[in-house]
Amino acid sequence: MVEEITKGKLEEQEFSINMGPQHPSTHGVLRMMLKLKGETVKEVKPQLGYIHRGIEKMCEKLTYQQIIHLTDRLDYMSANILNEAVCLTVEDALQVEVPERVQYIRTIMGELNRIASHQLWWCAFGMDLGALTTFFYGLRDREKILDIFEETIGARLLLSYNVPGGLMNDIHPNFQKKVKEFITYFRKKLPEYDALLTGNPIMQQRTKGIGMLTKEQAIAYGVSGPSGRGSGFSCDVRIHQPYSAYSKADFKEILYHEGDTFARYKVRIDEMWESMNIIEQLIDNIPEGNYTAKMKPVIKLPVGEYYTRVEAVRGEFGVYIVSDGNKTPYRVKFRSPNFSNLSALDLMAREQKIADLIAIGGSMDYVIPDMDR
Amino acid sequence: MEFNIYDLTSFTSSFDQLLMENLSPFWAVAIEMILIGVAILAFYAVVGLYLVYAERKVCAFMQCRVGPNRVGPYGFFQTIADLIKLLMKELIPIKNADKLLFNIAPYIVIIASFMAIAAIPFAKGLHAIDFNIGIFYIMAVSSLGVIGILIAGWSSNNKYSLIGAMRSGAQIVSYELSVGLSLITIVILSGSLQLSTIVEGQRDGWFLFTGHIPALIAFLVFLVAATAETNRGPFDLAEAESELTAGFHTEYSGIKFAFFFLAEYMNMFIVASIAVTMFLGGWMPFHVGGWEAFNNIMDYIPPFFWYAGKTAFIIWVMMWFKWTFPRLRIDQLLTLEWKYLLPINLVNIIIMAFVVLMGWHF
Repeated sequence: MVEEITKGKLEEQEFSINMGPQHPSTHGVLRMMLKLKGETVKEVKPQLGYIHRGIEKMCEKLTYQQIIHLTDRLDYMSANILNEAVCLTVEDALQVEVPERVQYIRTIMGELNRIASHQLWWCAFGMDLGALTTFFYGLRDREKILDIFEETIGARLLLSYNVPGGLMNDIHPNFQKKVKEFITYFRKKLPEYDALLTGNPIMQQRTKGIGMLTKEQAIAYGVSGPSGRGSGFSCDVRIHQPYSAYSKADFKEILYHEGDTFARYKVRIDEMWESMNIIEQLIDNIPEGNYTAKMKPVIKLPVGEYYTRVEAVRGEFGVYIVSDGNKTPYRVKFRSPNFSNLSALDLMAREQKIADLIAIGGSMDYVIPDMDR
Repeated sequence: MEFNIYDLTSFTSSFDQLLMENLSPFWAVAIEMILIGVAILAFYAVVGLYLVYAERKVCAFMQCRVGPNRVGPYGFFQTIADLIKLLMKELIPIKNADKLLFNIAPYIVIIASFMAIAAIPFAKGLHAIDFNIGIFYIMAVSSLGVIGILIAGWSSNNKYSLIGAMRSGAQIVSYELSVGLSLITIVILSGSLQLSTIVEGQRDGWFLFTGHIPALIAFLVFLVAATAETNRGPFDLAEAESELTAGFHTEYSGIKFAFFFLAEYMNMFIVASIAVTMFLGGWMPFHVGGWEAFNNIMDYIPPFFWYAGKTAFIIWVMMWFKWTFPRLRIDQLLTLEWKYLLPINLVNIIIMAFVVLMGWHF
């Protein structure tokens, strides 16, 4: 460390510390190189590469049906929405009209996925602040959604339910009943979250005015999703460019303008209410029909470039496919929300305390395999 | 030598006489010391283990879980199995650690809490040392533990440990003031530093009830400050799992870690005991003036159970805090102490002195 100071990398009384790759609250194998002065954070340098699997390169060797299963492994908390993004791109390229039934089911599944992900985020955010009890309350309710997934899909986390042209299989006969039961159940349980954590004065002290991100900064850094909407950046793809059955549902975009950790927290809590709203509007109106469009067994996209974006749980997720007419893509690029969101961490955490850095990281809801593909 | 569960004084004094008659005074005292030492050691281990079990059950109850349920009925022997595991684990030597300080730190922490237990009155006559400065002594020895924590953080050659230890130092030095001042409030009311006299003084009513509002304020301040002093949530900044992995004991393993762990629970037991002794009448039964029949029924419950019940209640309240609240930040923690608790406490002492002078207390 003496050498580092004399070389001018560190100022006097500063010290560097590695947070991660193994650390309880980096939510995965993220490594943050911190410069600290006492308890105050002077600089955050996120280092990636600990869970790099070369997914985009692997996609070039796989058919379009197979790529779906790799997108599960990006943001594993919103697997269904990521699957949908690839399916939409392929369907868009082939100009296939998927049945309305598929669109409804995809939307409902996506929103269930969003609620499940926000529940787990709430668990982890409480843990980051030191309130360990939140973890079990969130997981208790998330279990109900996973049971619904398991009944219809067979998987609980890495769903791979969407395939190009439709769905893997039709919904379980109990699906609608179970989802409605869950909505009534969770409408009763969600206020418990507020009672346990949101209203707590310690929690409010820890989050209000911490990790400020203005709207301009959010746009400049490409911070999207609930984190961007906490800063007042209207970026909900479901509203601005409706896909699947979102245009059939009436819902509003959750916007908070404070731009602090608490605003980002509130956006996610409110989004859970809004997602339940969407599901309630759609669940009774699922039209009859096929669960998949008629597709050829070997999919070959016409030569060209295709891009689709969807609103994943943590922000805008984009799929960019370049096709040379073969059954495998020529190049695939994913625009993952977490990677852009991470870039704003240094900006938000400077001159804050170590404990605030953890709270900010929690409020951004990082999923590391999504950044580090 | 008769054994009366309501008053153990005659039992202990007749035992003392028996030894004194048959042995030289030196050997009599030596045997007494060994017996008491062994008894306290056994008590310490059992209480420590079962507090860990209790915490796991209480937190499971708050988190919609079952908690330990495999080893023995209701998982009753779980912590004993854990202890055996910890005893058999490897003590990992740390590169570039200060070996002497690294090894000595857990002992300092555990000795500090061990010494404090000696002066606590568990029941009438069940009291190892009855100093005339009992409460002063407990305060003194229980604050020694922070030295062990500081040494542990310093010698581990780990920046997380160092941050944890420095946090702990700042925290305990600050909250020691509030603990001391809130106890002084009660000392003013009781007029004694001797624990047996303080407990005797609560025969007709616990100080929490007889001391008017200042005693109530002192009790609340003591609960907050004592939780902070034992490094427990929401003031567990020294460990702060989500920030510092495990804080000052990150590098410790096996039985040395167990020492820190045990000491944390015993410190909780000690501060709960102090709270019970100073505010809730120690082993005194609950009496209401004038209600003879009610008081007689209350007297029927042996003093030790009164003491254990009240201590268990305070410990439960502290666990309740821990499993409900998020953790404070270091600057908020110090703000709470220096800007709120300390001024409140100082004013409270003056009010209490005034109340005692005017004879307004019950």
